[in-house]
Amino acid sequence: MLAYIVRRTAYGFVVVLGVLLLLFALFFLYAEPIEMARRAVGEKAPPEVLEQWVVNHGYDKPTWWNSESPGDTMLVDHFRSMLTFDFGRSDADDSPILERIRAGMGPSLSLTLPIFTVGVLLGVGLSLFVAYFRETYIDRMGVVLCVLGMSLSILLYIIGGQFLIGKMLRWFPISGFDASPAVMLRFLALPVLVGLAEGLGGSIRFYRTVFIEETGRDYVRTARAKGCGDGRIMARHVLHNAMIPILTRVVVSIPFLFTGSLLLESFFGIPGLGSMMVDAIHGNDFATLRAMVYIGALLFIAAQILTDIAYTLVDPRVRLA
Amino acid sequence: MIGPVLRIDEVLTTFPAAGTRIPVVDHVSLEVHAGEVLALVGESGCGKSMTALSAMRLVPKPGRVESGNIQLCGRDVLALSVSEMRAMRGGEAAMIFQEPMTSLNPVQTVGAQVVEAIRLHERVSFVEARKRTIEMFDRVQIPDPEQRFGAYPHQLSGGLKQRVMIAMAAAMRPKLLIADEPTTALDVTIQAQILELLRELQRELGTAILLITHDLGVVNELADRIAVMYASRIVEQGERVDVLASARHPYTEGLLRSVPAAARRGEALHEIAGVVPSPSEWPAGCRFSTRCDRVESRCGDAVPTSTQVAPGHTVDCFVVADEVAQ
Repeated sequence: MLAYIVRRTAYGFVVVLGVLLLLFALFFLYAEPIEMARRAVGEKAPPEVLEQWVVNHGYDKPTWWNSESPGDTMLVDHFRSMLTFDFGRSDADDSPILERIRAGMGPSLSLTLPIFTVGVLLGVGLSLFVAYFRETYIDRMGVVLCVLGMSLSILLYIIGGQFLIGKMLRWFPISGFDASPAVMLRFLALPVLVGLAEGLGGSIRFYRTVFIEETGRDYVRTARAKGCGDGRIMARHVLHNAMIPILTRVVVSIPFLFTGSLLLESFFGIPGLGSMMVDAIHGNDFATLRAMVYIGALLFIAAQILTDIAYTLVDPRVRLA
Repeated sequence: MIGPVLRIDEVLTTFPAAGTRIPVVDHVSLEVHAGEVLALVGESGCGKSMTALSAMRLVPKPGRVESGNIQLCGRDVLALSVSEMRAMRGGEAAMIFQEPMTSLNPVQTVGAQVVEAIRLHERVSFVEARKRTIEMFDRVQIPDPEQRFGAYPHQLSGGLKQRVMIAMAAAMRPKLLIADEPTTALDVTIQAQILELLRELQRELGTAILLITHDLGVVNELADRIAVMYASRIVEQGERVDVLASARHPYTEGLLRSVPAAARRGEALHEIAGVVPSPSEWPAGCRFSTRCDRVESRCGDAVPTSTQVAPGHTVDCFVVADEVAQ
């Protein structure tokens, strides 16, 4: 088990290096430093200011190779700053990136964590219910509603929610954020509801398929033949076996909790990592973007290893070696 | 107890298909008496398993038992409440299946699964149930029963898994054990051991066994009486010797002649012409008429009824009925 984790971490590190190289190629081969400076400082800025901006951000160095001092290239800087989490300053407004990520994580998690936990619990619970009534009208209605829910665009949920709940019913504010917990809850209610409604259809449909597949298995027939009731079969036998595919889906989505939700945050004015990402894209803020992509990749690789470890907890057949 | 352990009377079980309901068990009647082994024989898909599942009220949806009467240990199965039926399953009537590989829950220890079977029916502590499980494992000749208690199904061989299934089924000393092709998935040497084990349990506990199989060798080993099924109906029923030595139904005859035997080495093996028709292709009248070598024109007109050819030996065939009448 430990050997496995060490090996997987080592593989993961190699993947991270690859991601970094790709990031470098994508961002720095594509962008002209002087263009970046012009966008950051302004079209009409005098050339000296632009030059200074480029130097300040270290974009004046040779890209790949510096024959005079080999360590002094953009490539080396890129790897050094990423691997040491010293992300430097934003290309757009010179704010320190790491600070902003720290500050943005809280609002992002306060939005995504409730959507995730309530979404998983509600999804599993409702799909158990629907699967229990499979081949009946309850089940068919459930599937129709799920497909309907999946087919609607998230934009419709956002705008519809803001219009109906925020404007017409005036239950919760349409958009905004506040750090004090009581006010924050009021601001978060609507985006959490929208996030839940948007994701629920797909997850119920997925979990339902898993449960129905499991209820058709031979061991369920055995349990029935020894006198198990339907409820007990679901809770004691099917749920545990269904945990294996469910875990894959759930654990893999954990990294995206930290990186936040691009659309929800920008529409509801939540100062999290999602809206930070959107701002960075709009502002050609390569420094911030590469830091975010890098962190996302790290979390994703960690989640993969975590999924494998989680398997050993629910499935005795899985041995990590 | 008065009367048979299991009495199935004119049971009709159907599945929906293409707008109609297709009978998978078509007015089947049979009895299993205390302590005896009744072998239900027939090709795959002829309705053997569905007959057994009907008796346990375990026919998978959307199938259902339409009509008929099922008496299990003197109680009307189709009239029992859900909880009464649950108490019956694993209690008075237990079942083992063909696929020991997949019939056990892969994420629970085999011990826990047998413990559950006991505790579903009796209010005993886990420790007590564990003790009884280990005793049961010992009885079905699982080596190192204490250690095997904590094993997961994937750590056991097919034969051991089937022994666990038998231990689970026999744990509550059922009056009836339904064994649905218990040896089909196993190696020949293991098959013999499992059959021996079933015979011992039947003798020691006095359990009646409804043995479902397509293997006539297994039938010869274990059965007291035989019921032969073809296309959802029972076509011949009787004592083992009667059916094996003097089969009367053309289908049973064909079945017996297609078993390889040392004495007929070198001869071409008999085969019944054609294949089992699917329910949508069933002929009117006798369902075997499309493959029967003694078919007459009247066979396509009506479904033959049971004729007694000897005490306790019945055959559903017009031609045989005429022979008997003469």
